[in-house]
Amino acid sequence: MNLRRDVFQAIADPTRRAILLLLASQAMTAGAIAANFNTARPTVSKHLQILSECELLKSEQNGREIYYQLNPSKLKEIADFIEPFRDMWDVRFNKLEEIMKNYKDK
Amino acid sequence: MEKKTKIHAEEGKQEILITREFDLPLTLLFKAYEQPEIFEQWMGTKVLKWENKKHGSYAFETSHDNHVVFKANGTIHEFIPNEKITRTFEMEDSPFPVQLEYLSFEKLTDNSSKLLMHIVFQSVGFRDQLLQMPFAQGINIAHNRLQEIAIKFT
Repeated sequence: MNLRRDVFQAIADPTRRAILLLLASQAMTAGAIAANFNTARPTVSKHLQILSECELLKSEQNGREIYYQLNPSKLKEIADFIEPFRDMWDVRFNKLEEIMKNYKDK
Repeated sequence: MEKKTKIHAEEGKQEILITREFDLPLTLLFKAYEQPEIFEQWMGTKVLKWENKKHGSYAFETSHDNHVVFKANGTIHEFIPNEKITRTFEMEDSPFPVQLEYLSFEKLTDNSSKLLMHIVFQSVGFRDQLLQMPFAQGINIAHNRLQEIAIKFT
């Protein structure tokens, strides 16, 4: 079964965004990627799976190791959309509003 | 639910406008920008320096899983409570040049207010690049190759 994942959903997660940025400079193995996070290794594997499913990552077998790297053509596809940028600010401002509503109640 | 935050980015212009209406009195909205402890909460960051005055400066850094992943700083040019903040914004260790930000705060009713954020970039190219790399916000963009990749996109 090939679940078609939503790219924006994929990049909405902070850990997955951090993984994309890590891979911006080099191809890395799952182990090397996981070493950058305190989360459990299977969690990182799950993130890699999601990013791979929506083709934001490509993987390449090199000897016994699998290296993950960015897929620039897929990134280009999402590049034209302003939505993630807007969404980022919306999330921040929602939080601001929520915090200040509670502040008022104090 | 209607999305409250609006982004206006005209093609070929080196600026963007971010507008947002809040169900908050103007003074409370401004306080979220004035008080470093509150700014830290809604931005999920840690304030290192915070001088709300003309020629003052600010700096903050964001960590993810105990790693510092994003650092930014800037200089305050105008700080008029409940009215406006004019400042620069620079992402450290990133290929992006300093940007200029004009923040206007407006009262709508006693319990609602509006923020207008006008950001001016060094070039149309840098603006587009930033919009195209939303996930670069809040995380480390120290890698030089990121810039190469970003250039390939355009």
